[in-house]
This record gives sequence, structure tokens and C-alpha cells, in this order.
Amino acid sequence: MSLLELKDVSKIYGDLHALDHVNMKVEKGEWVAIMGPSGSGKSTMMNIIGCMDTPTEGQVLLDGRDISKVSKKEQTIIRRDKIGLIFQQFYLVNYLTALENVMTAQYYHSVPDEKEAMEALERVGLADRAHHLPSQLSGGEQQRVCVARALINYPEIVLADEPTGNLDEANETIVMDLFRQLHEQGTTLIVVTHDPEVAQTAQRALVLRDGHFTKETVNNNFTGVIHYND
Amino acid sequence: MFVRMIRGAFARQWKKMLMIAFTVALGTSLAAAMLSVMMDIGDKVNQELKTYGANITVVPKETSIVSDLYDVEDGGSQTAYLNEDDLGKVMTIFWAFNIVDYAPIVDVPARLDDGSGVTVVGTWFNHHMDLPTGQTLDAGIASLRSWWSVTEGNWIDEQADGYTENDAMFGKAIAEKLGVKAGDTVHVKGSKKEADLRVAGIFDAGGEEDDQIFTALDTAQALDDMDGKVGSIEVSALTTPDNELAEKAAKDPGALTVDQYETWYCTAYASSIAYQLQEVIENSVAAPVRQVADSEGNILEKTQLLMVLITILSMIGAALGIMNLVTASVMERSKEIGLLKALGAQNGAITGLVLTEVLLTAVAGGAAGFLGGFGFAQIIGHTVFGSSITIRPMVIPIVAVLVIVMTLLGSLPAIRMLMRLEPAEVLHGRQ
Repeated sequence: MSLLELKDVSKIYGDLHALDHVNMKVEKGEWVAIMGPSGSGKSTMMNIIGCMDTPTEGQVLLDGRDISKVSKKEQTIIRRDKIGLIFQQFYLVNYLTALENVMTAQYYHSVPDEKEAMEALERVGLADRAHHLPSQLSGGEQQRVCVARALINYPEIVLADEPTGNLDEANETIVMDLFRQLHEQGTTLIVVTHDPEVAQTAQRALVLRDGHFTKETVNNNFTGVIHYND
Repeated sequence: MFVRMIRGAFARQWKKMLMIAFTVALGTSLAAAMLSVMMDIGDKVNQELKTYGANITVVPKETSIVSDLYDVEDGGSQTAYLNEDDLGKVMTIFWAFNIVDYAPIVDVPARLDDGSGVTVVGTWFNHHMDLPTGQTLDAGIASLRSWWSVTEGNWIDEQADGYTENDAMFGKAIAEKLGVKAGDTVHVKGSKKEADLRVAGIFDAGGEEDDQIFTALDTAQALDDMDGKVGSIEVSALTTPDNELAEKAAKDPGALTVDQYETWYCTAYASSIAYQLQEVIENSVAAPVRQVADSEGNILEKTQLLMVLITILSMIGAALGIMNLVTASVMERSKEIGLLKALGAQNGAITGLVLTEVLLTAVAGGAAGFLGGFGFAQIIGHTVFGSSITIRPMVIPIVAVLVIVMTLLGSLPAIRMLMRLEPAEVLHGRQ
């Protein structure tokens, strides 16, 4: 049984088919990239997989459970328990320190544990920046805090939306290296991106265009290391 | 974590929180001031109206019948009297604590040396009484007719060292007629006895009292061999404004049901106090002076209504202010709220967070507003009534409830907005 399966999923806004009969399977521990230009339906896909929206048609099975028709309250619980979210704009609470931002995810999940949150920041190399506010951190550091926050509750899937979109090359390499480590540890990764270099880093890349998957590429030389084209 | 988030939100949004606190403080100060004044105004207005004299008069039953029959205030020469020994009983009625002043009055016809007639009125000026309850009371016309203007000399002080029972207050007209001034002595002759009255003070009452001489009760009684007799008693009491029940009872207490009678008897209506005076003073009829009682009721009702309206309006105004500020705050924080929801926060948790922030701010603003309102109430008290407003403990819980209700109502639209906020919309749009 796949960890995540989309069966004939459509999302329709009026006349617009943001997703049109999409099918997809993601296995446990797999690293999948979803690529596509702006307006292709990537964010809609991300919202549906991230349990922040429901499809108009079709089924979304997460760990065998259909989450396509659940209530908003249940969506919140699924998001909290099973999904770790990483955003392009980082979205850290700007009046909380890096450590507190990580603990926020723990607080809404179970019980905040400062020691565990500190260990998560250590994993992303930010233990020494734990008590800094987001405004005192660089973009790369903020994104690493987001990664630590996404991982703190041991989610089944880490869903990253353009995780390197706002980063320079050096920070992009750091973040992608973190993803590689997560993958090695068995974390299931779904990365939504428009960047081919980021997409090529994944085991499998799906190209989304006008609400359809138009291409699927399997990376036979998968190393999880990003390579930049000159 | 919750505390850290609250603290962080305060640190980040202190300007907005300060505005909310200020709005609450404004509304609360006005509400606290109005409620304090409203709750104290009964006594204040009563005290104010005491300057208009007694609000209950007690007369002998026969005199009352003559007055009723002929519809006159003065039924001519008085033939029936109250018993002076009953004067102390005034302070034994159920509502004795509400009686702030009273004085016996006895009019005695006398003649001056030139043969002309004059009315000598026997009364108390500031008669000291030690009551069985342990209280003391200085009763008499010095405070009961405080609007009299003493143009020469001073009010008679019965407790002063040099006081004698022949001291008298002369009306302005009789003093002018006799050409006397303070310190002079005037010889008066009653039907039984004569007296040399010392002019302690000359007053201007602006009425028929200006032709009269007021002296000690015993002195006046002795002139006409009227020992132990009192013509009437003027009583000033703190009363509750009349309502339908009081009006019905005033006409005929016998028409009331048992429950109505108990309610009426145990409420400080002018009519129930009068009724109780009548019960303890033998052969008497006690009646409220309608004009004064009505004025008290009308002024109180209208003033209290006005204050309730101001309180309600101030609360509505503050709630609208809070509504705008909290809504603006939630809109400003929509991305943060969306993020918290994305991280797994339920609506209840976020509502609790925002409401705690707003309520803590409101409590701080409310406390400041209450203190401000207390000051504002004192300004009103001193400006309007010339005395302090007593802050009733009841004002505190009422204001606290009003602040909470006002804050919750003001926060409702923002909470609704917060609950409808979708993380997908605020974080990265639908597409």
C-alpha cells in the first residue's frame, strides 16, 4: 500500500480545472518532486496533499485513509499528526525565537519539549542561533528553522513548497543537503518546485502542466545531491 | 508556550494593545463614573432636596380633619395638639435610620410692648439626642430650614456655652419693625406668662416666617401654658421615589394585599415612613409633602435614566472601538494565524489565544478606566453636589462584567473572521 495515493483527483474553481483527473502514488521513504510552471496547479496540489484543501472530485488516500472528504477539524488533526510543512516564504512567527517557533509545532501537536526542539535545531545546524528572532536570521537559516519545525513531530510526509525559492545557491545547497539526510533517514519527501535542478535531485520528478501530469522522470543516478548546470 | 506566545504578541503589537486598553479605559471610566454617581445619587439628591425642607409633616388628627374639610393649610386657631413626649418615638420607627432631621413646631400668639400681636414659634434649633440605638442626632430647624439666610447674628446653637432658652431667631420683618439687632432683648407677653427674648440672629426666609419669632420649645409653650403640647412635627427623611404601589398605599394602605403591604411597609417610601410615624405618635396624621416627594422621585428617575443611557452608550462606543481594533489586529496577523492553523492549531486554540490577549488588555484598561472613573465621579460629585461620591462595592463587579461583555462583543467579528480563515488562502493561495 502506498503512503499517499491520489485517485482521479480534480479541483475545479468555476470553469477553471486547477487539477484535472490527476493520479499519483508516493511510497513510504520516497523523495518525489512535483515540477511545473506558474499556474500549473502545483499549489493546489500542495494544498490538497497538505490537507489544507479538499478535491472537488476523486480520492486522496493517506496511509490507506481517504482524506478527501474529511471535515476541517479532521484536516487540522491530520496536518498536525502526519504532515510537516515547509514554505517558500518560511512563515515563522516573527515575535518568537527560532527555538520557540519549533516548539510552537510541538505545542499544537502534544507537549512542548525544549530539549527536543533544541536537538531539532542542532540537526539543521542552528543550535547557536536558537534564541534569535527570525529577523536576526538569514533566509537560509530561517528555512532551516522551518525544516526543524516540520520534522519536530516526526511526520509521515514532509511537504516542501518551493523550499529553495528564496535562497541563494549556498543556502540552497545546505537545505537540499538536509533533505538528502532526511531521505536517508527514511523520511518521505514531496518537494513542489519550478526549479529543474531541485527537481532532478529527487528520486522521481513529475511534471504538472495545466492540471495534468505530463511527464514522469525517474532518476536512475539518484544521489540526493544537487548539481547545478552552468 | 501559551504564555510565551501571549508575551510575544504583546511585545509585537504593543501599540495596538495600548489602543485597545485606552478604548476600554475610556468606556470603563465613563461607565464607572456614571454607575457610581447613579448609585450614590439617591442620597445626594435627597440631601440636596433637604434644603427644600421637610418632606413629611405630622399634625394632630383633628387639625388634619379641619384642613381636609375646609381645604385650607391653617384651620385657624389650633385647638388640638400632639404630645411632646411622643417626639422621641419618631426615632423608634422601622425606618428610623432614614430620618435625617425633624423638629417640633408650636405657634403661640403673643403681644409685644406696643400692643401689637406676634407669633412666637417654639421649636428645636439643633436639639441633641442620644438615641437608644447608640446613635446621636442633632435635630432642629437650623438644618431643616437651611435655606433661611441669617442676615445678622448666628443660628442658635443649643449646645453652645452661652445658650439660654430665651435666645430667639427673629424674622427680618419683625426685627425691622421693632428696630432690633442681634444681642437686643425683646419683651413678649403671652396669655399666661411673659418673657424677655434675646435676639440671637435675624433671618430672611422670604415668607411668612419673616414676621415670626422662633425660640426654644419650652419658652414658647410657657407663654400660653401649653406645656407638653406640640402643634406639628416636620420630618425630613431619606425616601425611595414613589411608584404605583406607593401611590396606591398613600391613598389607602388597607387596599393593599398582604404581600403588597409588606413590600410597601419595608420600603422607604415617603408614604410608608409617614404611616409608621402615624403609628407611633398618638392621635396624629402624618403625610408626605407631595411637592418635595414628587420632585425627589422625578429628579432621581430622570437623572438615573440619563446615567444608564450614558453608560450603555459608552459601552457600545467602546465595543465598536474594540471591534475595529481587534479586527484590524486579526487581519494584520492573518498569515501568523494561517500558519498556526497549518501547524495544527484548532480554531478554539487560536480563539483562546486572541481572546486572552484582548481580555488581558481589557482588564488592564478596565482597571485604569475604573480608577479614572472614580476620579471622574468625584469631579461630578464636587461640581454638582458639593461632596464626594461614595463608591459602592457593587460598582466593581458590575463594571467588571460590563468590561468583559463589551470586550467579548467587540471581539466577536474578529473571532468569526479568524475562524473562517483558511491556511491555504493566506499562505499560498488556491493555485
